[in-house]
Amino acid sequence: MNVLIYIESENGAPKKSALEAVAYGAEIAKGQVVALASSDTATADLGNYGADKVLQFAVSGKLEASQVAELVAQAAEAQNAEVVIFAKSILNDLAAPMVGIKLGASVASNVIEKPDFSKGFVVKRSVFSGKAFTEVALNNAKKVLTIKKNAVAMTEKGKTAAVESFSPAITASPVQIKETTQKTGDILLTDADIVVSGGRGLKGPEHWGMIEELAKTLHAATGCSKPVSDMDWRPHHEHVGQTGIKVSPNLYVAVGISGAIQHLAGVSSSKTIVVINKDADAPFFKAADYGIVGDAFDIIPKLTEALKKAM
Amino acid sequence: MKILICISHVPDTNAKIPFKDGKPDLAGLTFVIAPYDDFALARAVELRDQTAGKLTVLCVGKAETEATIRKALAIGADDAIRVDAEPTDAFFVATQIADIAKKNQYDMILTGRESSDYNGGQVHGMVAAMLGIPCVVPCMKLDLNGNVATMYREIEGGKEVVQLPTPFVAGCQEPIAEWKIPNMRGIMTAKSKPLQVVQPVGVTVATQVASYEVPAPRGNCKMIDAGNVAHLVEMLKSEAKVI
Ligand SMILES: Cc1cc2nc3c(=O)[nH]c(=O)nc-3n(C[C@H](O)[C@H](O)[C@H](O)COP(=O)(O)OP(=O)(O)OC[C@H]3O[C@@H](n4cnc5c(N)ncnc54)[C@H](O)[C@@H]3O)c2cc1C
Ligand SMILES: Nc1ncnc2c1ncn2[C@@H]1O[C@H](COP(=O)(O)O)[C@@H](O)[C@H]1O
Repeated sequence: MNVLIYIESENGAPKKSALEAVAYGAEIAKGQVVALASSDTATADLGNYGADKVLQFAVSGKLEASQVAELVAQAAEAQNAEVVIFAKSILNDLAAPMVGIKLGASVASNVIEKPDFSKGFVVKRSVFSGKAFTEVALNNAKKVLTIKKNAVAMTEKGKTAAVESFSPAITASPVQIKETTQKTGDILLTDADIVVSGGRGLKGPEHWGMIEELAKTLHAATGCSKPVSDMDWRPHHEHVGQTGIKVSPNLYVAVGISGAIQHLAGVSSSKTIVVINKDADAPFFKAADYGIVGDAFDIIPKLTEALKKAM
Repeated sequence: MKILICISHVPDTNAKIPFKDGKPDLAGLTFVIAPYDDFALARAVELRDQTAGKLTVLCVGKAETEATIRKALAIGADDAIRVDAEPTDAFFVATQIADIAKKNQYDMILTGRESSDYNGGQVHGMVAAMLGIPCVVPCMKLDLNGNVATMYREIEGGKEVVQLPTPFVAGCQEPIAEWKIPNMRGIMTAKSKPLQVVQPVGVTVATQVASYEVPAPRGNCKMIDAGNVAHLVEMLKSEAKVI
């Protein structure tokens, strides 16, 4: 069983989530582990995390999801890949179901663990906005998975991947990009090992300096609750929860967020949750591992100081 | 413009999901239009008004979904189609939507970014691939000028302005429009708007739910004294091992 992994890269390097996807592929492959990456992507890490081979395609601008789907489907056929793996991302979440249709594959998104082969090809995924998990059997011969962060432990294999070039036939997309506004250099919410989020308890956008300072100290991404992005205190892409981004970092720090069920839906698969809230009865404490009852304006600067000393 | 809005019928987002015999026991819950689909519906109504077009709401579901479909009619859809089947997975649902779209040639098909039960985020992409038309997701703003749409699409860390001609599929999210609440007149007229029930087309079963599991509750939250934040740092280092 060959496995194909689509690699998203940033500034010439594979995204961390893409390396996780390679590690996942290496764990489950019974044949070749093939990574599909643009020709300007560094290949060393792909081999190191388990790719036997890197297929390189020439890039010409940004690809639409439909074009990624064409590229991936052609590579999967050329490489006889039975399983195609994507790391969860906005683009990949759309490309994966499209690849599924092209290949006649069973598709599963938000996969959180390695497949259980004892029952066929069964994957565990989160449903009901994180309120439950389900095991899903993928019946078709081919499978397409998008995996969530932390679905597999990353182990370095120290391999060197063979590099081959690949020239797919890609159709032009009717979607024209007119303008892009993107903050670069920040750690992406979905990629971050640590996320620090602020809620309405912070009273106004002018108070986010201390949240950013804390996040910087922890090498964390910043997030927020829905009302905070609704009021434009923070950009929409930072909004975490049922109707926002779903994160599964190692550490989630929630400051001045009450812990409404819709917010929890976006964070419940975090490994460790820390809640700082001045109300001891805030529901978030019930979903947390560590809590501090107190005023954020007092605690956050002190916490940042303590972290600076300790790290 | 002929607009199709696809809605999923899901438990209210405030609800805890009860489990019985290893399965979600949804009988006692209140059902709603999934939140993202509700945003898409709100914008669809506005675009229908703006273009003096026609808005059809589609739901793949058994008879119990009709109250939810009527709510979409009350909010402003002109007519409705219900595909009379259990929505077993995204491939099944997408096949039904694509079949209806082929017969009716909509200018645009709006969906939510994802449902709030399966959370697959797959149906729109599958429909677009089946019909061979573009798909934009997550779509946060959608304006029409003739048959050209201008959209804001969220990307990691920002957004993009994109333009494309109809027909297309768009998976919507806030702030595309404000959720609309049906008014009295809407509720009254919804009762007499046409709701057509159609039989599903046959589909090979791509995925099957084998079992459900409820997430393990977190251990008791360890409370740390506000005067001793250094203790939290210690715990995160030595006990949780996350920093
Ligand atoms: C369909 C639907 C979907 C939704 N989707 C989402 C979603 O995706 N994400 C989301 O976040 N919400 C979502 N919501 C909204 C959600 O229900 C809550 O309203 C929201 O999460 C509350 O945000 P908050 O905790 O920031 O604000 P609040 O509920 O106002 O809580 C503020 C908290 O800050 C605390 N506080 C105040 N001052 C201080 C201080 N000085 N120091 C420390 N703590 C302080 C208060 O004790 C309180 O607990 C959704 C709602 C619906 C109906
Ligand atoms: N049973 C259904 N009937 C009609 N539309 C649906 C159904 N299920 C999902 N959809 C639409 O497809 C979108 C994506 O759903 P999903 O792939 O389940 O996350 C939803 O936001 C709805 O707009």
